[in-house]
Amino acid sequence: MSANLNTALPLEYQTEQNRMNILGFWIFLGAEIILFATLFATYSVLSTRFAGGPTQNDLFEIKGVMTETILLLTSSFTCGLAIYEMHRGNKKGLLTWMIITLLLGAGFVGLEINEFITYVHEGATMQTSAFLSSFFVLLGTHGLHVSMGIGWAVMVMIQIVKRGLTPVTARKAFIIGLYWHFLDVVWIFIFTFVYLKGMVS
Amino acid sequence: MTQVFGFVLSLVLTFAALFVALKTSLSFNAIIWIIGTLAVIQAALQLFMFMHLKDGEDSKAQTINILYGIFIAVVTVAGSIWVMSFGM
Amino acid sequence: MGIKWDKFFITGDPLILGSQIAILLTMIGIVALVTYLKKWKWLWREWFTTVDHKRIGIMYILMGVLMFFRGGVDGLLMKAQTATADGKLLDAQHYNEVFTTHGVIMILFMAMPLLIGIMNVIIPLQIGARDVAFPQLNALSFWLTFSGAMLFNISFVIGGSPDAGWTAYFPLAGKEFTPGIGNNFYAVAIQIAGIGTLMTGINFIVTVLKMRVKGMTLMKMPMFTWTSFITSIIIVASFPILTVALALMTFDRIFGTHFFTLGGGGLDMMWVNLFWLWGHPEVYIVVLPAFGMFSEVISTFSRKMLFGYKSMVFSIVGIAFLSMLVWVHHFFTMGAGPAVNSIFSITTMMIAIPTGVKIFNWLFTMRKGRIQFTTAMLWALAFVPCFIIGGTTGVMLAMGAADYQYHNSLFLVAHFHYVLIPGVVFAVFAGLYYWWPKMFGHMLNEKLGKLHFWFFVIGFNMTFLPMFFLGLDGAVRRSYTYSAETGFGPLMLVSAIGAGILAIGFGFLCYNIYWSARYADRNISSDPWDARTLEWATASPAPFYNFAKLPEVKSLDAFWYMKKNNDGLELRENEIKEIHMPSNSGLPIIMAIVFGIAGFFLIFEWKIAALVAALGIIAGLIVRSFDYNDGFHVPVDEIKATEKAWRKVDKEVKDHVS
Ligand code: HEM
Ligand SMILES: [Cu+2]
Repeated sequence: MSANLNTALPLEYQTEQNRMNILGFWIFLGAEIILFATLFATYSVLSTRFAGGPTQNDLFEIKGVMTETILLLTSSFTCGLAIYEMHRGNKKGLLTWMIITLLLGAGFVGLEINEFITYVHEGATMQTSAFLSSFFVLLGTHGLHVSMGIGWAVMVMIQIVKRGLTPVTARKAFIIGLYWHFLDVVWIFIFTFVYLKGMVS
Repeated sequence: MTQVFGFVLSLVLTFAALFVALKTSLSFNAIIWIIGTLAVIQAALQLFMFMHLKDGEDSKAQTINILYGIFIAVVTVAGSIWVMSFGM
Repeated sequence: MGIKWDKFFITGDPLILGSQIAILLTMIGIVALVTYLKKWKWLWREWFTTVDHKRIGIMYILMGVLMFFRGGVDGLLMKAQTATADGKLLDAQHYNEVFTTHGVIMILFMAMPLLIGIMNVIIPLQIGARDVAFPQLNALSFWLTFSGAMLFNISFVIGGSPDAGWTAYFPLAGKEFTPGIGNNFYAVAIQIAGIGTLMTGINFIVTVLKMRVKGMTLMKMPMFTWTSFITSIIIVASFPILTVALALMTFDRIFGTHFFTLGGGGLDMMWVNLFWLWGHPEVYIVVLPAFGMFSEVISTFSRKMLFGYKSMVFSIVGIAFLSMLVWVHHFFTMGAGPAVNSIFSITTMMIAIPTGVKIFNWLFTMRKGRIQFTTAMLWALAFVPCFIIGGTTGVMLAMGAADYQYHNSLFLVAHFHYVLIPGVVFAVFAGLYYWWPKMFGHMLNEKLGKLHFWFFVIGFNMTFLPMFFLGLDGAVRRSYTYSAETGFGPLMLVSAIGAGILAIGFGFLCYNIYWSARYADRNISSDPWDARTLEWATASPAPFYNFAKLPEVKSLDAFWYMKKNNDGLELRENEIKEIHMPSNSGLPIIMAIVFGIAGFFLIFEWKIAALVAALGIIAGLIVRSFDYNDGFHVPVDEIKATEKAWRKVDKEVKDHVS
């Protein structure tokens, strides 16, 4: 628990508490995998139960989906660059890439909200059918995660500006990076098994 | 730099999935298997190239943890679909 | 919009009015007493804001015992109602509410807190750590569990109890068929407690992986640590499923979605599927730590090393996998088809193998041992045959085809009580008698303990053995009454009397706690049982920093080895160094209160209010993010003083086992 610094390691791994936090976060991500898996299971089981309402083919539009996907993919890349700059001790680079990441993330959330509004205007709401219930809750959970991630990253950035790069702030940035990449992984599966699969059939 | 390489690769995989899904006339099952495989490859790529699963002194625990998570995820998804198909 | 105010308090039932008044008076009484004794500050400083794993553990245990009382009263009410044919004590609705709250409280608010409480107290001590990996998170876990439990418990005076069974099957649990708000309590209160439990799981995995003392490799960990570790893994693997299932239930009930409803394409059986995807692993979550406690108790009081340590470890790791692959055995009668039912029959029977391995290991540990019949050991001895009855009837239920006959009968109820009561309750009792001196510095009275034991075990068998036969004769579960012609009367009466005897046994435990707190000898050794693991290598009760000097582990049963080789037992002055400890924090309890308030609004479907309260949760997270308090250092002099106080106790009573 004491702050035994091991300066041979990257900043975020230097204290024992940091190593515990990072391991703990990996385990939390394990739990998140299962949380999203349960939502995917629900969607998979209910995805053909339309109750006379619209189907995937009636709703989905590939252009918007592709834009969202590329925004998120790129943000995952810039987030990786941010952490890379952090490892080089470049605080400014870290913050710059982080801001770009969050702007891309905000763009993604904006498009997703827009997409939802469009669906609702077309009469496809959460209450319409089992398919739409599971669709909105799966995507909504992911979108909420991304939004929370943005808010959280802003908090961490404020701390980095105020305190500089220390083992603690570096750890926080590193962990938010893991979180961000993870949300991109979840999106890959949403893209594949919700959108693409929905448009094939 | 691995980051750039990973990014390019994930873009390629994404567009490949898009192409297979919407521009080919393979059977539904074949398409799902192909795009599913592409998704898994891309997820692995993020895990190793961006998240550095293998870094740190606890990489073994992290890896086992993620593998166990994937195991439960597969059981949950595949199991639910199978059980809820009512023998059809 | 939302629920009307006139539905707020349950009115019209004299029993409930009485309870409402009693609750109000008790609350006023407690507040007045604490104020009179001027203890608010002390409570806040020493308990409400504590991050000490031992105190958090004790609060968990206190909560578990209280909830056992509540759940037990529910159980007795049911037994009183069905003691005779056409009983009139409870009506159908009331009986439904009582078995629902009984099930939920016993599993989630009695078994889980007691086990997690004992884990909290013991695991860091057993692995030679100063605390858990994330002490403040640990406090949050406790307060969330507590908050969820309180929310659930107020349901019977405010708003109405849930009444769709502890499994809350749809469509019955949906808005169409249960329009009141009782079932909202189910969805939201369990959710809050469940989040706390999930955090506990993560916390203990990291604690065990990262905080073991020097020399303690994975294969030198005490068995209780092993089983708690695997339990934590299963928690992390299964609680997210419950989180999602409950969230979907909340959406269905409050926001009109169609996951499990009959209309709109929903699939009611999907709830059952998700519930048991969590529910079966949950059974192993509660039983594995219990197995660990029995292992410690049996090896201590047989004066032998645990037999087959390695096979024990492999069998619990095996259970971590298998337990996720059997969930369908809870709904064979859904009609999923022969392939599904056969596969799940087979996986279920396979679980009997690792469990059998354990039973044999315990028996071989006792073989040729010099067994000491302490109360703790008696619980372990009674556990073996009782649990075997539970286990073999479980294998009967595991056969899909045969289950069509047993399903939802009292045979099933008898089966799972024969698993849960020996497997969890006996274990917790054994653990409490065994570790009580570690927690409080005095023992529980052995004579009262033996009365507790005999009444409870005899009462337990008398209550539940008849239920097997009643079930085979066709008595169904969750049925509030039966006619005299069924012929169930005599056995039902035996069973009800048994429940009374069991309750007397529990009464002896409560009296024992009181008696021992007042009169028990305080001048006991730090190692009263001549035990084997590291938690006994420090003072009883352990100082808040646990160990002045961290021990070094050279073998399994590390403390036993230290004693036999007189190695590392004494403490030299110059070895004492400053110790770094985490600071207390009021944030966890405040967060849990905000969670509780948000949950309460959500239950009453006041959505805007719930949203506003939820912003409070986010505010709490932000405060936490900006909190850079790094703990404090315990000065050497303070450690010296504390250590002197217990290391030189004269005329101490060494061995309490006569
Ligand atoms: C204190 C002694 C206990 C008594 C007298 C008792 C009695 C009962 C009775 C009479 C029922 C309902 C039978 C029916 O379906 O009509 C029941 C159900 C149940 N009990 Fe207990 N029980 C006791 C302890 C426990 C414990 C320790 C646990 C768990 C750790 C437990 C878990 C359950 C569960 C999960 C149900 C099913 C509730 C439902 O049907 O939704 N019980 N019990
Ligand atoms: Cu089961």
